[in-house]
Amino acid sequence: MVRAAVLVGYGINCDYETSYALKLAGAEVEQVHISGLGEAGLERFEILAIPGGFSFGDDIAAGKMLANKLKAAAGSSIEQFVSDGKLAIGICNGFQALAKYALLPEMGEQKFTLTFNDSGRFEDRWVHLKAEGNSIWTRGISSLYLPVRHGEGKFVAPKEELRHIEREGLVALRYASAEGGKPSYPDNPNGSMNDIAGITDRSGRVLGLMPHPEASLYPTNHPRWTRGERDVLGIELFKNAVKFAEEELV
Amino acid sequence: MAVRILVRFKEKAEDARARQLERRISAYLGIKASVERIDSYTIDAKLSEEEAKLAATKLFADPIVQEALIGSADGECDYLIEIGLLPGVKDNVGDTSKKALEELLGRELEGGVYASTQYRLSGGVARSDAERIASELLGNPMIQHWKVLACGESSGLPVPKVRIGGEGEIHAIPLSADDSGLVSISKKRSLALSLSDMKVVRAYYMQESVRKKRRLRGLPDWPTDAELEVIAQTQSEHCKHRIFNSLIRYSEGGRTKLIDSLFNSYIRKSAEEIAKERDWIVSMFWDNAGVAKLNGSWNYAVKCETHNSPSALDPYGGAITGIVGVYRDPMGTGKGSKIIAGTYGFATASPFYTGGLSPRMPPRRLLDGVVEGVKDGGNKSGVPTAYGFAFFDEGWLGKPLVYVSAIGLMPSSINGEPSHEKHVDSGDRVVMVGGRVGKDGIHGATESSLEGGEWITAGHVQIGDPFTQKKVQDFILEARDLGLYNAITDMGAGGISSAAGETARMSNGCTLELSRVPLKYSGLKPWEIIVSESQERMLLAVPPKKMGELQRLAKKHDVEATDIGVFEDTGEFAANWKGKPVLALDMGFLHSGFPQLELEAEWKGGGEPEPELPPEDQGALLHEMLSRENIASKEWIQRQYDHEVQGGSVIKPFLGKENDGPSDAAVIRPLLGEDVGIAIGAGFTPKYSKIDAYYMAAASLDEAIRRVISVGASLGHIALNDNFCWPDSIYDSKGNPDGKQKLAQLVRANKALYDYTTYFKTPCISGKDSMFIDGNIRGSDGKEHKVSGLPALLFTAYAKVNDVRKCVSMDFKDEGDAVYIIGDTNNELGASEYYEARGHVGGNVPMLDKEKALQGYRTAEKAIQEGLLKSCHGCYRGGLAVALASCAIAGGIGAKLSLNGLPGNAKSDIAKLYSETGGRFIVTVAGKDTARFEKLATQAKRIGTVGGDLLVVDGIISEPIKGLKQSWQSTFRGFW
Repeated sequence: MVRAAVLVGYGINCDYETSYALKLAGAEVEQVHISGLGEAGLERFEILAIPGGFSFGDDIAAGKMLANKLKAAAGSSIEQFVSDGKLAIGICNGFQALAKYALLPEMGEQKFTLTFNDSGRFEDRWVHLKAEGNSIWTRGISSLYLPVRHGEGKFVAPKEELRHIEREGLVALRYASAEGGKPSYPDNPNGSMNDIAGITDRSGRVLGLMPHPEASLYPTNHPRWTRGERDVLGIELFKNAVKFAEEELV
Repeated sequence: MAVRILVRFKEKAEDARARQLERRISAYLGIKASVERIDSYTIDAKLSEEEAKLAATKLFADPIVQEALIGSADGECDYLIEIGLLPGVKDNVGDTSKKALEELLGRELEGGVYASTQYRLSGGVARSDAERIASELLGNPMIQHWKVLACGESSGLPVPKVRIGGEGEIHAIPLSADDSGLVSISKKRSLALSLSDMKVVRAYYMQESVRKKRRLRGLPDWPTDAELEVIAQTQSEHCKHRIFNSLIRYSEGGRTKLIDSLFNSYIRKSAEEIAKERDWIVSMFWDNAGVAKLNGSWNYAVKCETHNSPSALDPYGGAITGIVGVYRDPMGTGKGSKIIAGTYGFATASPFYTGGLSPRMPPRRLLDGVVEGVKDGGNKSGVPTAYGFAFFDEGWLGKPLVYVSAIGLMPSSINGEPSHEKHVDSGDRVVMVGGRVGKDGIHGATESSLEGGEWITAGHVQIGDPFTQKKVQDFILEARDLGLYNAITDMGAGGISSAAGETARMSNGCTLELSRVPLKYSGLKPWEIIVSESQERMLLAVPPKKMGELQRLAKKHDVEATDIGVFEDTGEFAANWKGKPVLALDMGFLHSGFPQLELEAEWKGGGEPEPELPPEDQGALLHEMLSRENIASKEWIQRQYDHEVQGGSVIKPFLGKENDGPSDAAVIRPLLGEDVGIAIGAGFTPKYSKIDAYYMAAASLDEAIRRVISVGASLGHIALNDNFCWPDSIYDSKGNPDGKQKLAQLVRANKALYDYTTYFKTPCISGKDSMFIDGNIRGSDGKEHKVSGLPALLFTAYAKVNDVRKCVSMDFKDEGDAVYIIGDTNNELGASEYYEARGHVGGNVPMLDKEKALQGYRTAEKAIQEGLLKSCHGCYRGGLAVALASCAIAGGIGAKLSLNGLPGNAKSDIAKLYSETGGRFIVTVAGKDTARFEKLATQAKRIGTVGGDLLVVDGIISEPIKGLKQSWQSTFRGFW
């Protein structure tokens, strides 16, 4: 059975639904407190999820202290986990941490950031997304409709890094308009460069994204389900991961 | 020597916060300024150069968009504002920074880290502009200090380190004074104890048996400062609800009636009667929140609180402390619960207020602050802020109302014991968990018993820390499931005094060692430690043999858990400081030794004659009504609140074709994997108090019920919370000449609560009162004016939804759907939105017909359960016209309607469209289902058909939906 570790503690707060999503997708889920991550034996798992939340209250900058904490508590085992070709996902605050840890787009120095939304505000709204690239998590998915819930989600990278990310096909998700075209605010809810909502590493196994796939578990999560509207559920991402892990990693 | 690290955005990177501030400076003050924002961290410790560099680059600055500077920032500007927190004010960013820095450097720092901000202003800003930006937009002298500097001037702010003396000081306070002396002791210490209370205290201390005991213990004959403070806190209005438990002589039309406790006579009586028929009520009144059954294995706990006085002083701090604080109520109920949703309600003066009174905090700024406070409190706690409202009236210039509520979820049994029960064994340790204690929050409980004005000091301004509390929540849930404690309660108003004092009633006493209480800074006096209301704290009763395991778990969660004493069966509430006695009070005296208040109420009737008004252009009037501030869209507030974390969102607060129509209520699925839901809706109709608070209460209740019914809740399972927010109702010939009438309104509202809740069988399982919604404000005439809030009763409904897949939303759906109205429309324009728009009150207040209302609730519920309704919406403020327009706006589709033969006695177009008669629903039904629906809903009247781009009503209204939406959304557009 595929085993997934979902990080908890220090203000992470989407652990309940992220765990549930992975469970529904068929994984055996263990919630691992960050303070015990070093001793948790990360090698026992095939999937690592860093859920959304407000780790360390978003003080100083979102995800920054979580990144430092992860590095200090279990840096080597996390890096080993990724090098072993296992699957990882960072959602919202988890993505911010992956960016600042510099696990995406590859290990090394920080290449991009997620900074304050152009609106200057935290916003909770549903956005249309187009999937592209080779992420294992988004296999077979062309578009999604998910909520964003953040104040610091604007994707910013220096020119050359951005070119690199685009050229290598590391963009996994882009904000789109309802018709699938070029989005303006609020379809691009934060002013992200090139409308980037999520990126992957070169292997397609590590995914970071601002929108919340774990908030789309049921048709009733859709803001217009009472109008008969349905969309691909966010849970499909987790199913993709579990399926891949079953086939390749277990 | 302190080290300052400054973080600025790189030249080419955009700081959206600075742009947002520029927009606000322009909108609020009409000043054009370019702003650069620099975050500053003052580290009050010795750092080597390398360490400072490491901190700057690895912790404080984001290398992609920011750069860090050590010492000072350079560059041109007109003026520079430096702003930071006053010493002792909770500095969340500073506190987390310190921990992170210590981890990064691998050593402890001897001093604190303090966050502050620099704003560099340019673009031709004058010094006077900079001063205004600082004092009217950025700074609040209650919590912050600031300096306006010329560019290049070095930092002006001192390190806000707390330096106080007084550690361990205990003073006796002789009560041998005369009456005026006693009053002055109470006043000087802000105790809010009346003369007769003070006499009771004196009598207690003069008893020979008491004196004998005290001498044996080494305590002075007269009370220590700590004792007096604990007594005042225990007797405070906030904790003892002395007005609700008073003896009231109520007179009306020459007849007089004695009411011995409003609470017992109406609220408790109603709930206890209903409980005989509602087996889902699990626990009510005695605990921090009421508890209801959700299904066979889960219960939910509910509580709605207010945080009014603190929000008047510091709106942001007051609101964040309020929402984070109310979470602790369900968290500390029974054996403890997990918080699964929160709600908000803001009642302030209009943010567009331009009248002659100058409140210390202008209404728009106040509203901004409370909106932001709930935003940070809710979002950072990982709790969906699922629903809420904002409502405006000039009466709240004196003191705003900030409602915050929370729902907790708990398994119905834990380790084989019912989760809603708790007990304390003699010998259990008193364990304080969470935040540290400082001077913040001292006298919160006693000062909420006073009206706003000169007596209020900054002592109780505090800033909630959701991060610390989230860790506490995680810790508690694990400790609960491991059975590590016997009882839990929250530490809110009254601090240790209240939490330990209340919990000690279960063991009949306790002894605390106050020197063990972890402090934010040294120098606190024992009495300050015991009544401080520093936040994010819970109190546990822990069996001694579980202490080791509890401590290990606390370490895992990075939470402080401290043994501060022992629960015992001594009959005394006692505390020491390093072994020296600080206080010892008889438990019986503390909790029941005080006299009941006796008050006078006299009802003289209310309302004015009905006005005669000229005819209106109905199309233009509808636009005007939709744009009125109490009707217009408040989406800008809700959009900033995470309302779907935890994954269970079913009905969102804004929904419809473009996700922006006003939902009646919110529905959440608390248990992923199950289809049971909880609907949350609120009823708030304070304007009717201008005529009669009896019908105000009935209307609020009716609104709350219809809101949750509209989305699919069951009438048989609505748990309510009542919040009374009332102006000073204690008669005083000079200070409060209409006190008797206000108290009569309170009696009448309570009577309505009883009459209607028992009829609908919807119990109030929890509630709260806030009794001094008044303030003294300086007017343009230079004089102080007393401003009182409208008598307001908020009902929040937390109802069970059996199957969330059957929920219904309020937006019109498809061309051809039939539109019906359920319920009568009567000539009841009294205190309506329409009358208010024309400057009248009138007299025909909506008088809720309980039989017809109940029939309507049942019909709507049944039709939804049978899947017959495509949409369902209640008629609330603004009446039928606003309700119909709302359904059309949300659905992005019009309707053709006729009001001929509308049920009820409303005759004129105005009365039909804008009367606010209760009990009504607008529903739509698919063509194929109309026959079945009409058979079920015999009282429903078909009024038209959905379709087209226009809202058409007979020959009098024909308006494009787009334009109506524009009007409804335009009012607060500038607030986004």
